[in-house]
Amino acid sequence: MGGDPRLLGSECPGCGALHFPRSDTCPYCGDRPSTACELPSRGTLWAWTTVHVPPPGYHGPVPYGFGVVELDGRIRVVSRLTETDAGLLRQDQAVHLVLTEVGEEDGTQMVSWAFAPSGRDRR
Amino acid sequence: MSPPGHPAGAEPVDIAGVGIHPFGRFEDRTITDLGVYAVRQALDDAALGRSDLQATFCGTAYGGVASGHKVLGRLAMTGMPIVDVEAGCASGAAALMLGAGSVRSGQYDSVLVLGIEKMPKGIIRSSFFDGWQETAGLSATPAYFALRAQRLMADSGITDHDLASVVVKNRRNGTANPDAMFRSEVTAEAVLSSRMVCPPLHLLMLCSPNEGAAAVVLRRRDSTAGAIRLRAATLVSHLPGSVLSESTPMSGLCDDSIPAPTARAARFAYEEAGVGPADLDVVECQDTDAARELMSCEELGLCAAGEGAGLVRDGITAMGGRIPVNPSGGLLSKGEPLGASALGQVVELVRQLRGDAGGRQVVGARVGLAHTIGRGANASVVIVGR
Repeated sequence: MGGDPRLLGSECPGCGALHFPRSDTCPYCGDRPSTACELPSRGTLWAWTTVHVPPPGYHGPVPYGFGVVELDGRIRVVSRLTETDAGLLRQDQAVHLVLTEVGEEDGTQMVSWAFAPSGRDRR
Repeated sequence: MSPPGHPAGAEPVDIAGVGIHPFGRFEDRTITDLGVYAVRQALDDAALGRSDLQATFCGTAYGGVASGHKVLGRLAMTGMPIVDVEAGCASGAAALMLGAGSVRSGQYDSVLVLGIEKMPKGIIRSSFFDGWQETAGLSATPAYFALRAQRLMADSGITDHDLASVVVKNRRNGTANPDAMFRSEVTAEAVLSSRMVCPPLHLLMLCSPNEGAAAVVLRRRDSTAGAIRLRAATLVSHLPGSVLSESTPMSGLCDDSIPAPTARAARFAYEEAGVGPADLDVVECQDTDAARELMSCEELGLCAAGEGAGLVRDGITAMGGRIPVNPSGGLLSKGEPLGASALGQVVELVRQLRGDAGGRQVVGARVGLAHTIGRGANASVVIVGR
């Protein structure tokens, strides 16, 4: 999987907040319509853990990293993380968006987004 | 904003009777069986007959259609309004809020509030998540608990050992509670060496979903000496913006100042009851996981924000401490049957205030607080007094 993935969100014309997933009504101020936009693909790590037991309805690999990343100081997004060892991650670490395979459903390979450590933080 | 539906100075409601079916796993009993058991006990405790009640509010999250009707049908108590109420972990408290409001407003003199649950085993498949979230692995509920725990530990200087201490305290308390699922002590070493579920949370730091029922009879105050008064029954949902809110959004604002649902419910309940954290003698709070107990205590104002670690290190929340928290053993000992959980806390507080709590009695308890927080988000705070 190559290319330059981006998360699609929206931006409120009233309060300026970013939302993810995209929403036609701002979940914070109720203004509408929100404007579709691409979210920044680089950010910093805000919280993280590791999932060892597959949750119901999930058919992909375990363990997998899981956490919250902060993008441009404007939005915090819940995300899978490529790093499965929580001990190797640290607060405010630089991360960037990638695609990751999350198992097959009905013979189709499913793909989701994840954040991976960036630059010299890459392991 | 004042608590909607809770006018200042509203006449208190009495808790005339309580009943509980032990929390645990009961392969040979249906959810209806559990409810029948708790209702019979509550009616006996209130010395009321089946025709003395005018409405029933039944909290359940997984019970399905007409769960309350099935219980009351077995007791020949149908005919009155029977309303099932779902508010996640706060379902029983939501039923209590509605029941209390109906008595306070004069609509009814006596109502039954019931909570019943029989939870699936394992990580719960919740209808809350959409299919795409399950596919992407974003529906791992304990992982959200773990992220909250990590943030709390960073903000409040809480260590793995502090989390283990919460479990040790609650499991010790649970040994004196015959209604608890787990009634054996654990050591901090055992907690920290139990299987890692989602770091920093080990298996023994997480409560078990299970089965149980609890019932409370509310009556308009009749100046009975020694009656237990329901001084506040408050329920709120979340304000938007917090990425780790129990509302489980996929994103949030970069803003740490958004008030937590528990803090808002507590503020409204303290206003309604005319008491503050310093007036409390005993607290039953949501300890879905060990970190959640400390977060709940901070949000309830039992200590200043960021000082939760001191509650366990200094024994403040232990039996005999300044404010014992979860003398019942908490969810870590009792397990969590969602619909019954909040009312189980109220049953515990009533027993504490009556001096009927046996080996886990908080001596001289006069004012107690019960708290739940869970998906929705829903947060409840109930205050009882004598």
